[in-house]
Amino acid sequence: MIVLSTLVILTVMTMAILRGLRGPTVYDRILAVNMFGTATVLLIAVLGFLTGRPDFLDLAILYALLSFIGTIALLKYVSYGDLSSSEHPEDQEDTWTW
Amino acid sequence: MDLVISVLSGAFLFSGAFFVLAAGVGVLRLPDVFSRLHAAGMKDTMGSALTLIGLMFLGGLSLVTVKLILIWILLWFTCSVATHSVARAAFLGGVRPVLAGHQNEAAAAPPPPQSAMNGLDSREMEPSD
Repeated sequence: MIVLSTLVILTVMTMAILRGLRGPTVYDRILAVNMFGTATVLLIAVLGFLTGRPDFLDLAILYALLSFIGTIALLKYVSYGDLSSSEHPEDQEDTWTW
Repeated sequence: MDLVISVLSGAFLFSGAFFVLAAGVGVLRLPDVFSRLHAAGMKDTMGSALTLIGLMFLGGLSLVTVKLILIWILLWFTCSVATHSVARAAFLGGVRPVLAGHQNEAAAAPPPPQSAMNGLDSREMEPSD
């Protein structure tokens, strides 16, 4: 059953990559990146049990945090056009149109 | 006792695999970004939770289970927040959900006034008509 779980998670990672390549808007791509990160966390956890060495779980914890921060940073960059800005682009003088 | 634990673990892993696969199919086939977010959120909560519970039965009472619970809590909170952030950014960015019978109107709708969506923003909203 661990083998089945591993195969399913690998399949879903492929599907997330396909959605990231096809996605019509940038938010579809960010969604695909987020989904790929979650699937990676699950894959690390399952692979540890598959090979009989569940020592990789620290990496899974770390990757869960990194994936979340990466998603939020990407969203902020896409929404505001600047990672250090706290103002909306409409409030700035040079409005960046979508 | 070992048999009970392996059957329980297999059942949870199978349910988790089902949810993860359903989310993958949903992300590929659903029509717009909001419904795809719904499918992805299903995987983030149900799929990862069931898979990790299945692994906890294999791990037994040890440090491995504690780490699995930690991963579960992290995924539970961060993925909900990430899904909500993607949906909010997509809506503020002008993406409209595809509604039944309103495809053309939804596709042609302009982005909403930002002050109406922020909630915390007290700027006056100009009449749009």
